[in-house]
Amino acid sequence: MPAVTFSPDDRYNAFITTLDQAETGPGRLSGIAVAVKDNISTRGIRTTCASRILDGYIPPYDAHVVTLLRQEGAAIVGKTNMDEFGMGTTTENSAYGPTLNPSDPSRVPGGSSGGSAAAVASGMVRMALGTDTGGSIRCPASFCGIVGLKPTYGRVSRYGLIAYANSLEQIGPMAQNVEDVSLLMEVLSTHDPRDSTSISCPYRHTPDPTVTGLKIGVPEEFFGEGVDPRVAAVVWEAISRLEGEGAEIVTCRMPSMVFALAAYYVTCTSEASSNLARFDGVRYGPPADTKRPWHESFQERRREGFGTEVRRRIMLGTFALSSGYYGKYYAKAQAARQQVRNDFVRLFRTVDVIAGPTMPTVAFRLGEKTDPLSMYLSDILTVPANLAGVPAISVPCGTSEGLPVGLQVMGQWFRDEKVIDVAAAYEQGVSA
Amino acid sequence: MSDTTATQPANIGIATEDEVIIGLEIHCQLDTTTKLFCGCSTDYRDDPPNTHVCPVCLGLPGSLPRVNRKAVEYALRVGKALNCEIATEAEFSRKNYFYPDLDKGFQITQYDKPIAVKGYLDIEGDEGEKRVRITRVHMEEDPGRLVHKGGTDRPKYTLVDYNRAGIPLIEIVTEPDLRSPKEARKFLNKLRATLEYLGVFDSEKEGSLRVDANISIQPKGWFEREGRGKADRGRVEIKNISSYKGVEKALTFEITRQKNLIRRGQKLETATRHFVEGRGVTTSSRSKEMEQDYRYFPEPDLRPVRVRDWAAEIALPELPDARRARFMEQYGCSPNHARTLTGELRLAEFYEKVADIDTMLAATWIADTLLGELNYRDLSIVVVPPEQFREVLILLKEGSITDKSGVEVLRVLLDQLKETGACEGPRVCVDRLGLGVIVAAPTLSGEDPVVKAAKEAIAEQPQAVADYRAGRKEALNFLVGQVMKKTRGCAKPADVNTILTDLLEEG
Amino acid sequence: MIEEKDVEHIAMLADIGITKEELPGFTGQFNEILDYFDILDQVEGTGSFEHERANVFREDEIEPSLPQDDVLANTRDAEDGFFRAPRVM
Repeated sequence: MPAVTFSPDDRYNAFITTLDQAETGPGRLSGIAVAVKDNISTRGIRTTCASRILDGYIPPYDAHVVTLLRQEGAAIVGKTNMDEFGMGTTTENSAYGPTLNPSDPSRVPGGSSGGSAAAVASGMVRMALGTDTGGSIRCPASFCGIVGLKPTYGRVSRYGLIAYANSLEQIGPMAQNVEDVSLLMEVLSTHDPRDSTSISCPYRHTPDPTVTGLKIGVPEEFFGEGVDPRVAAVVWEAISRLEGEGAEIVTCRMPSMVFALAAYYVTCTSEASSNLARFDGVRYGPPADTKRPWHESFQERRREGFGTEVRRRIMLGTFALSSGYYGKYYAKAQAARQQVRNDFVRLFRTVDVIAGPTMPTVAFRLGEKTDPLSMYLSDILTVPANLAGVPAISVPCGTSEGLPVGLQVMGQWFRDEKVIDVAAAYEQGVSA
Repeated sequence: MSDTTATQPANIGIATEDEVIIGLEIHCQLDTTTKLFCGCSTDYRDDPPNTHVCPVCLGLPGSLPRVNRKAVEYALRVGKALNCEIATEAEFSRKNYFYPDLDKGFQITQYDKPIAVKGYLDIEGDEGEKRVRITRVHMEEDPGRLVHKGGTDRPKYTLVDYNRAGIPLIEIVTEPDLRSPKEARKFLNKLRATLEYLGVFDSEKEGSLRVDANISIQPKGWFEREGRGKADRGRVEIKNISSYKGVEKALTFEITRQKNLIRRGQKLETATRHFVEGRGVTTSSRSKEMEQDYRYFPEPDLRPVRVRDWAAEIALPELPDARRARFMEQYGCSPNHARTLTGELRLAEFYEKVADIDTMLAATWIADTLLGELNYRDLSIVVVPPEQFREVLILLKEGSITDKSGVEVLRVLLDQLKETGACEGPRVCVDRLGLGVIVAAPTLSGEDPVVKAAKEAIAEQPQAVADYRAGRKEALNFLVGQVMKKTRGCAKPADVNTILTDLLEEG
Repeated sequence: MIEEKDVEHIAMLADIGITKEELPGFTGQFNEILDYFDILDQVEGTGSFEHERANVFREDEIEPSLPQDDVLANTRDAEDGFFRAPRVM
């Protein structure tokens, strides 16, 4: 079996695990080095979710997407750093230390797929897999100046993705350009009966950069309070450029944005509180202390094994589902979620795609954000796509303070091809 | 001790004005080929631990459940057979609690959207035909199996086997409509028969049925007046009953315990108790469990189940009541025989395999003799080869053996079956043991063994002979008994009667 | 407003270890976050997210299980093919 040699200078701490000899084979990705986020199961390669609680865990099976990568000859060269279990916006919440932003190593790369973004941005790999629960592909793509797609919910199998918030997350492609993102998406998007939420709608597409007559909705809320005016200006200019290419800009409103972030955090912490209950040290991970009673051992295991942010979210989610609060939090969040979806349905009656900034700001300085709520608030522009399940892409659209800014394009359900086309149109317009 | 007893005189003493209120929650393993959410085989009972597991039922990170269509179909059959409303939309939810038998830290079950609700099952109750209401039927996965090392009293640690994890279960919840342990047993028997007739359940498999029982003793009529909400006296939930006989035992024990408390004027706390099968008692759960908060929410990895139309298409097989009616109609069985024979699927099927010999003879011999002999040996009808039993019936019908010899043959054959799992042919057995009927000769020849035995009896029992001759004809029966004894039951009583009469009249 | 004792209760429900020193910090953060969540009170109605798809089933066909060695490969605490866990009684 031919192999790709991989011995990168990982100065940004993008990887948790690297394989110096990665097998490759024939196929559409033959010989291409691909990095895989470390919450995606790889048979025989440790998979940590950047958490101590999975220390030493070696999956006995491949995630569906990993099988697909192998089938197409990709060389899986390493597992990338991330916020523990995907819980973060900076890749600072990792048991393996923070990843640095290649465009400015004093800044965070964004998160939670920060390792994948940094590996691509620094040129260590051509492509990477990320996962996006509330912006975890698009945020680091934006902060590091690369392209990242969160596919329509159901278009990429989650089988083998270690769940953080099942109803929200998708695995998606990250690369330096739209063409590579599109190519990787072709490989990833096949129906998988092992994921009951997987939908048979394979992505087979060559990017078509024409936007003539395309209607682009721009919601006011995406340029509202909390969005850095300098970032807003860069993004507006990018949108105007698309107008110059023949697209029609339609300003619009998305009233459900008021609830979106709260609905997102209630939903993801609730699901997480349940998903993360399995790490008891009995079947894998650092062993439970069998000399002590069950609950004591379990509590200790979780206190030591999880980082502070993970414990915080487990407790928040436990509270949101607990007796007497379910109606106030979880049930209301689902109703809010329905409203977000209704907003998208309404807007897509008149526009083809929706555009705005990916993130309200450029990349933070390492250690800059310490308060949990203000960190959560930075996800405000990315969570609506996850709540509704629509496809969304982040494509680099210039800089502010010398740091990359991302243009976000959201499309209709199962029209991932359209957001790819719009991103391609912008990309080629800029390079032309 | 209790202020309730002071203010409510009706509670003092138990006698006739009290009644027992019982509700059951029954967990049954559905007899599918694979588990509820993965393709692992359910046939795990004779295999080493952790050999029927995969990433899904082991709860490995990243694995996802997939619903077994057959399990849903089986649950729908149960819902229909129990006369339930089938849900327009059922949904799986997560029940969150931490225990080592739960590989994922939650159990996938159904919570506010069960597959079927509001049904009933008619049983033969203490006071005739009775309708027991079914609250709900829902689907869920079985947890793994725990072995407590170092004894149950002071275990050192726990061993876990996940082979059972993910076996499909249905939980059937009744309204508190049962009024005695016997009724509870009858309900369970009827339910078991129904599930077996549906082809969804195999009661022969160890641990395939588990019961939790709610029981309280309330002033008569209280329940009908007040409903379940306001507990007058405490209600006890008995967990962990894993056999049919255990249910009646546990409930009977618990009634005695509660009655004693009431008699002493003590307050009965609402509590959970465990049934200790070996000792036949219920014990208080040692750790005072804190109020459980299971934090149910819809399972995000699964999609809803919309099955009402599907349910409408499912045709049910013949159920116990219908079969009982048919047995009376088609075979002329008595109501009691029909009820007994249809009370278990395999018994009913066994009967139908042998009924062609003689429907009445077969019914009598199965219901009145074979079942008792099986119970005595703790055997199930499945061990009996129908062709062998047919031969016994043929021997009886053609008069080759007497009833008494028939019983003897059955006993010998069942002992062999219990010991070796096989038995000799009934004719072989009859010949080997000399159990064939002794046909008396038409003349009173001294060579004939029956005549010989009769002559001996007459010689040995002068008093009985004198009594008979004095006109006390019942003395003849005594002499018949003596002759039967001498011929080891192989003579026909009618022959013996004739021969004795002739000899006595002669002499 | 939730208090430290509420956070202790949540930690117990979540079965997650928490130290006395951590309580004030978590309590403050939770109050800030829960205040923000109060915006959900303004959402009309409750109820679940509507799913368009239903009845996703697999057939009742056996698929291979994992070899026992693979099953136990990730634990150091195996005994006679069983996993070992702390005592529960």
